[in-house]
Amino acid sequence: MAVTTYSGAEQYNFDIVKKFAVMSLVWAVIGMLVGVYIASELAWPFLNFDSPYFSFGRFRPVHTTSVIFGFGGSALFATSYYVVQRTCQTRLISDGMASFTFWGWMAAIVLADFSYVLGYTQSREYAEMEWPIDILIELVWVTYLIVFVGTIMRRKQPHIYVANWFYLSFILATALLHTFNNLAMPIDLFSMKSYSLFSGTQDAMTQWWYGHNAVGFFLTAAFLGMMYYFVPKQAGRPIYSYRLSIVHFWALSFMYMWVGGHHLHWTALPDWTSSLAAAFSILLLMPSWGGMINGIMTLSGAWDKMRTDPVMRFMIVALSFYGMSTFEGPMMSLKEVNALSHYTDWTVGHVHSGALGWVAMISFGSLYHMMPKLWDTRIYSRRLVEWHFWLATIGIVLYIVAMWISGITQGLMWRAFDEFGNLQYSFAESVAAMMPFYAMRAIGGMFFLTGTVLMAFNMFMTIRQGKRESAALDAKLAAKMAHA
Amino acid sequence: MNFNFKHEWIETNIGLMAVLTMLAISVGGLVEIAPLFFIDKTIEKVEGVRPYTPLEQRGRDIYQREGCYTCHSQMIRPFRDEKLRYGHYSLAAESQYDHPFQWGSKRTGPDLARVGGKYSNEWHVQHLVAPRSMVPESVMPNYPWLLATKLDISDTAARMKALRKVGVPYSLSQAEYDANVAKFGETVARQLHIPDAQKNLVEQANFGNYDGDRSGVSEMDALVAYLQVLGTMVDFSKYSDDAFVDVR
Repeated sequence: MAVTTYSGAEQYNFDIVKKFAVMSLVWAVIGMLVGVYIASELAWPFLNFDSPYFSFGRFRPVHTTSVIFGFGGSALFATSYYVVQRTCQTRLISDGMASFTFWGWMAAIVLADFSYVLGYTQSREYAEMEWPIDILIELVWVTYLIVFVGTIMRRKQPHIYVANWFYLSFILATALLHTFNNLAMPIDLFSMKSYSLFSGTQDAMTQWWYGHNAVGFFLTAAFLGMMYYFVPKQAGRPIYSYRLSIVHFWALSFMYMWVGGHHLHWTALPDWTSSLAAAFSILLLMPSWGGMINGIMTLSGAWDKMRTDPVMRFMIVALSFYGMSTFEGPMMSLKEVNALSHYTDWTVGHVHSGALGWVAMISFGSLYHMMPKLWDTRIYSRRLVEWHFWLATIGIVLYIVAMWISGITQGLMWRAFDEFGNLQYSFAESVAAMMPFYAMRAIGGMFFLTGTVLMAFNMFMTIRQGKRESAALDAKLAAKMAHA
Repeated sequence: MNFNFKHEWIETNIGLMAVLTMLAISVGGLVEIAPLFFIDKTIEKVEGVRPYTPLEQRGRDIYQREGCYTCHSQMIRPFRDEKLRYGHYSLAAESQYDHPFQWGSKRTGPDLARVGGKYSNEWHVQHLVAPRSMVPESVMPNYPWLLATKLDISDTAARMKALRKVGVPYSLSQAEYDANVAKFGETVARQLHIPDAQKNLVEQANFGNYDGDRSGVSEMDALVAYLQVLGTMVDFSKYSDDAFVDVR
């Protein structure tokens, strides 16, 4: 009798998916730990320790790079390589190229983090990496595009599954944004230091065109791709509306690229540009909610899963936060609201409701679904998943509420006048008023980080369990073969 | 004509899908960014704005290195409270030589677009070394190493050459120098001349004595020189209150 052990090992390249999945958790722990640390520095400044290497200004990009590109990026590489192989029913076109994207991407993040600490930065938010690292990223990204598109070209059925549209849009947009936002002149071929090709107003607009679409494509379109595969899989139901997915895909891809200018309301950027950006930001509410509705309604008829399945709960709460922050965003892009919210902690809170609530939660849900499958086993502890869910959710709520209060307080204090028409508060008074909320934010972050550490432990045990089971199976099989 | 479009065409053709996606994502940037380079009104015509001196530029590099932009903006908005707190709203012209821009996005600390001249050099030095000794409520990190670290001036010319390549009018030749004399006057033009970069830097540091120690040029000298020039280039008393309103 022929014995076939199906683990997908031959049919698909799961090795690369496993590597990225594990590193995504490693970067989540590192990035969030640094996040909690810098949040604590703002509440308790002695934590800067008079050291250049740990001072807030140099450390902050270590946090953003590690969570966005380390955690988020690795989760996207892992899931996109998994989804494209499963939905196209074919293996990645090249193991070597896929492996290059892994080592190249890891090298880029490690180098970036160390270079910031040593004082090398382009000072462009979320694109702080200096030019040699940018070139490495460019190479990795083009390879990624080739592997992804090449694999789709080898698909076994005519249709390209909707999740892949979103991943494709994300890869193309990121290539475009990364290339144009990082045009710079090095001072020497052997020096890390460079100066941006553009200056002042044009430079600001280019940066925020990039900056907002790092959110739009890296942190949204791509994670919608994740959602379109893993939510229906976990729910065991088809996507709610196929037509809605078409409409909101094209609308989202087209509109996102217009909205970056809303970061520059009331600045020296010409009024027409930021007003146009605001108009598109408001329109963007519709395709954003299209995605949210499509995801949440996929669960219709299986709502009981919300109660019984903690992994499903991660995904649905992620979609709810997605809906909430894509409502808050257009509202903050209104010029009158922005006049109050800009430069304050409200923006920071908004980013984190998207980043923790949407990006991290959908990634956790997807990884909880995917990782046991990769190692051919079950989740080690569902109880720990429950704990993770509640720690993360409470952490987010503490974080956002703290930033709402501090942000609106700052905005109101800065513009308050006394009865004689003078400014009512000095700037320092507004800083002092932030202290309790900065502490509260740091505590919220600690909750979220604790949940992530639990997940990392849970997945470590799951992998160990999977390896033991397959070793036991192999031994049994070998014994059988010997007797046969 | 019976043209019956089916989205299926795109869904079954990865080439078509990639091209159409590329088109969809390119329009926004083209419409909003490209014109900024061609519309003259984008940057106001205003007197006084000049490139940074070598010492100021090195200070700017340190400002960037330490990530000051993560907590301080350099962009004053046209509101009554900001005018009272910081001064005249920022003009696009004022950052036309800023590669990269440092407008910032967050005010954990106050805006710095017009901090130049508001405090003494001594105040800045003390505040950078120990912020809470000057402002008890402050959450700013201490920067003691700026005072202790000698400024590396060996690559000053290389830095200015790179900036020249991206469009800052630093001069290399006599012709370029003469053009700068015509545009900015002789005192400024001398500071912008690359062959004299190191000499100019040391002279300005010694003359300005920003860190209170004439024995050498520290990173503190450079950073304070930069902070002290911020927002001081345009003399707003020469312009009426609404001189810049229609350019906005």
